[in-house]
Amino acid sequence: MKALSVFTFLLAILCSATSFAARQSSYELMTPENQAMQDDPNLNPAQFWVMDGQSLWHEKAGKGNISCASCHGESKSAMRGVAVQFPKMVQGKLQTLEGQINQCRVTKQGASQLAYESKELLALTVFVASQSKGLLIAVQETSANKASLLKGRQWFNTRMGQLNLSCAQCHEERAGLKLGGSFIPQGHPTAYPIYRLEWQGLGSLQRRLRNCMSGVRAQQFEYGSPEMAQLELFLMWRAQGMPLESPGVRP
Amino acid sequence: MSKTSRTSITMPTEAKKNTVIEIRAIAQHDMETGFRYTEAGKLVPRDIIHFFTCRYNNVEVFKAEFHPGTGANPLIIFTTIATESGTLQFEWQGDGGYEAVNQSQITVT
Repeated sequence: MKALSVFTFLLAILCSATSFAARQSSYELMTPENQAMQDDPNLNPAQFWVMDGQSLWHEKAGKGNISCASCHGESKSAMRGVAVQFPKMVQGKLQTLEGQINQCRVTKQGASQLAYESKELLALTVFVASQSKGLLIAVQETSANKASLLKGRQWFNTRMGQLNLSCAQCHEERAGLKLGGSFIPQGHPTAYPIYRLEWQGLGSLQRRLRNCMSGVRAQQFEYGSPEMAQLELFLMWRAQGMPLESPGVRP
Repeated sequence: MSKTSRTSITMPTEAKKNTVIEIRAIAQHDMETGFRYTEAGKLVPRDIIHFFTCRYNNVEVFKAEFHPGTGANPLIIFTTIATESGTLQFEWQGDGGYEAVNQSQITVT
């Protein structure tokens, strides 16, 4: 029994070592044209949302009649380094970046929550996220987020839906192989919110995760649910050390 | 009621006379086809940009017509010949009184 557990431990180290060495953003799988669309701010349609987010940043809202800029500053780089730390534990609750923006709106501004996938929430999220472009994802295991991270890992490895597939079966075991005509990416959330050509618009990581869940005919996690946050946390932890590309473009 | 949206132009600010310049024009627009239905079965009305025109010192040098098959946030890349210094004016027109205008200056030497 002991020998077995030592063996599994060594195997785990070996596996994580190999998968870490070969980690790859799905940017690498795109055509040069789509890569150019992401890299050139004049071509990247997500820039429109970034500009919208910048306007919203200065807009006063709610009973408090204050804007984001009132507390966080006017600068376009005031939130540099923030997005690479989310999801994180804030006052005992695991918050995603979107969740934290809504939390701020409710408690500080006294305004109503913005709906998930609404243009306003996506615009604010991408405005904040784009300020961390190029920084390395810095989500680490802490004593506070340990339990959530474990849950997230479990979701990643749990088979779900009528097709009875887990995230890991495609995005770890079969990453780099093909599904239909496209490469299966490793599933690192390095570029969210993304402008997805298929969506003809901007979307969050949660929207993308719900896509996969519907693909395997599973009951989708709700937007803003604890399960989503846990899965996001695990994915960001798994991608730690990779540079953030937000706002990304994907096919 | 007129609607408008953000647009962005990328082109050189200086050029040698009679050289070819590349112009990129992108407009923020959903380009709703008019063929989609809501979850409640109601048709989403068409809302697209119909025309894009580029005038170089008030002379039309490029015009494009968009259709429901054109994707969201349409990007147009075209070229023209730098003939003289002046202003290039870009106009988008579409459903529901949509109109957007953008300008760019060029110095030709």
